[in-house]
Amino acid sequence: MSNVQIMTGNQAAALGAKLCNVEVVAAYPITPQSQLSEILSQYVESGELKAEYVRVEGEHSALTVCISASTVGARVFTATSANGLLYMHEQLHWAAGSRLPIVMCCVNRGVGAPWTIFNDQQDSLAQRDTGWMQIYCRNNQEILDTVIQAYRIAEAVYCPVMVCYDGFVLSHTMMPVDIPDAADVKAFLPPYKPHTILSPDDPRNLNPVLFPGQRRDSEGVLRDGYMEMRYKLQAALDKAPETIRSANTAFAEAFGRNHGGMLWEYHANDADLIIVGMGSLASEATAAADILRAEGIKAGVVGIRVYRPFPKEDVRDVFRNAKAVVIFEKSISYGYEGGLCSDLKAAFYGTNIKAPIHGYIAGLGGRDVKARELVAAAKDSLASFDRGMVEPKTTWLSTFTG
Amino acid sequence: MPENLFKLNAKEYILPGTRACQGCGLSLGYRYALKALRENTIVTLPACCLCVLHGIYPTTPVMVPCLNNSFASTAASASGIVAGLQALNKTDTTVMAIAGDGGTFDMGIQALSGAAERGTDFIYVCYDNEGYMNTGTQRSSATPMGALTSTTPILTKQQHKKDFIKIMEAHDIPYLATTSPSYPIDLYEKFVKAKKIKGTRYIHMYVPCPPGWGYAPKDTIKTGKLAVETGLVVLFEVENGKFRFTGRSKTLAERGNRLPVINYLEKQGRFKKMNIEQLHQLQVWVDTKWQEYLKRAEG
Repeated sequence: MSNVQIMTGNQAAALGAKLCNVEVVAAYPITPQSQLSEILSQYVESGELKAEYVRVEGEHSALTVCISASTVGARVFTATSANGLLYMHEQLHWAAGSRLPIVMCCVNRGVGAPWTIFNDQQDSLAQRDTGWMQIYCRNNQEILDTVIQAYRIAEAVYCPVMVCYDGFVLSHTMMPVDIPDAADVKAFLPPYKPHTILSPDDPRNLNPVLFPGQRRDSEGVLRDGYMEMRYKLQAALDKAPETIRSANTAFAEAFGRNHGGMLWEYHANDADLIIVGMGSLASEATAAADILRAEGIKAGVVGIRVYRPFPKEDVRDVFRNAKAVVIFEKSISYGYEGGLCSDLKAAFYGTNIKAPIHGYIAGLGGRDVKARELVAAAKDSLASFDRGMVEPKTTWLSTFTG
Repeated sequence: MPENLFKLNAKEYILPGTRACQGCGLSLGYRYALKALRENTIVTLPACCLCVLHGIYPTTPVMVPCLNNSFASTAASASGIVAGLQALNKTDTTVMAIAGDGGTFDMGIQALSGAAERGTDFIYVCYDNEGYMNTGTQRSSATPMGALTSTTPILTKQQHKKDFIKIMEAHDIPYLATTSPSYPIDLYEKFVKAKKIKGTRYIHMYVPCPPGWGYAPKDTIKTGKLAVETGLVVLFEVENGKFRFTGRSKTLAERGNRLPVINYLEKQGRFKKMNIEQLHQLQVWVDTKWQEYLKRAEG
């Protein structure tokens, strides 16, 4: 039986965390995440959620609290945006290096300077190399469902997961969301059972200084050096797509909703032109694809749901017949191009996918992106491809560039 | 005094063979602190001298569960441990956060202030060796005026030490104490007392540092004692706002026989470039603080 309610993305995320019975919440308010931390405090103070809520004095401490609480065996949750996420940066590395199954929502917002409170994805994209898994949501239902899946994934892979959703576009927009039954969520996500906890019953020195090479312990057993530890983090993320896909499948079986695992497709199967994006921008692109199809252009959309680990195998499969690729990104790797654009090109290297690729930077700092703009841009790209341009320069969508 | 000695916990929580420097004041103070807190204790610490003392993976000389965290995060790390234990109904464990003066006076102050304001149930220990000793004796805001450090290598430190204890007192925490490993019974008793109190407890531990301060490792105890004899370090505790001198400082306050600071300074290489004006300023600074303490002791 469905229980559909109208709610914002922040409400959906808070409900997701509550349904996962998180035991420790630590958060510092920041626009557009604030509503999420407020709702969680309401859950905790009213007794609806039996958890410790640590009202920290900053985001660095928010994630530190989660790291340490997770180390003693608690299921933890935090959320932030933009400069809050940047302030956490050191601890993002610490959390992943500690191999802790922390789940955090990143309510995507552009970063300063100059200040903006509005949406883009520069904040989370800039954390690409911290060892966190990143999942991008396209609507509020997916936010709630992804928070639940994220714990199952994190607790299997022993790596933290960032659930990313666009500020205001999703965080403050009301949408219908089907709330799963608590018992069903519990069956999908059993209580957290850590493999190692910090406890006086078994004293250990966790995260001590490491030499670069391997060393023998007091019993003569050869133990990891820094590089072995780092390799294990990479190996875990290399294997994670299997876990992410199976969590998605199991979720679809239990709740009847399939969000696509590593990525999702919209009419991509027979498309000549594939539009690529992440989060709500990719969702907008489905409207653009409809318009293009009505005009006789066989367009489809691929939404990259999981950005790290990168869905290399999955994109090689869905793009195998693509004749042209257009990418819209809400972030940029300054001095080069959009990060997703680079990653896609790298994934196609050495394959038979020879489609020309055009990268667009769009919607920074909350600049509105309309389906008709995506349509016009896609048509421009097709025209330049027709003129034989194999690798056009990155284009800034609807931006005065002098 | 002998009676107290017999009550000391005979168990050792640090085995011989730490990576601390010879004559390290911290290793003494830490040893007594762990003895006072006993088994059911979790320690969290940042990158610092103590992290080095704890050894290099996969071996450690320390027999307590401990969590290393980043430099600015010690008190937040303790908050997380406390919250996690609370959520899992393991509320009888003592959580001790311990960091140096760099991780406390400087980079750790925000997290510590936050944790203290929230009344987090833990013991925070600042072991104060008056500089960034782990990274090679650089200046910190705890370095005293006139000291040579590797970032004040010619002119010496121009400012007085930050009065961090006042900052912690301003948080109205239930227990605050100063200690020195040169007075182990005083230190031990303060940790025993702190363990029994709920809420945020702050213990300041002045730890002489032979390589950083420029004296022979055999003189650590003597150096720590001279710091107290001259009033540069004052042993006291503040319990629910009530100030009380303890140990040797109490005797000094009663008898008024404090030594001039020069007796302490002249034995350390770090003060060899201190000028007469700085010496005078430091003596005035110590005298002024001492008068404040005397007034507080009167009630």
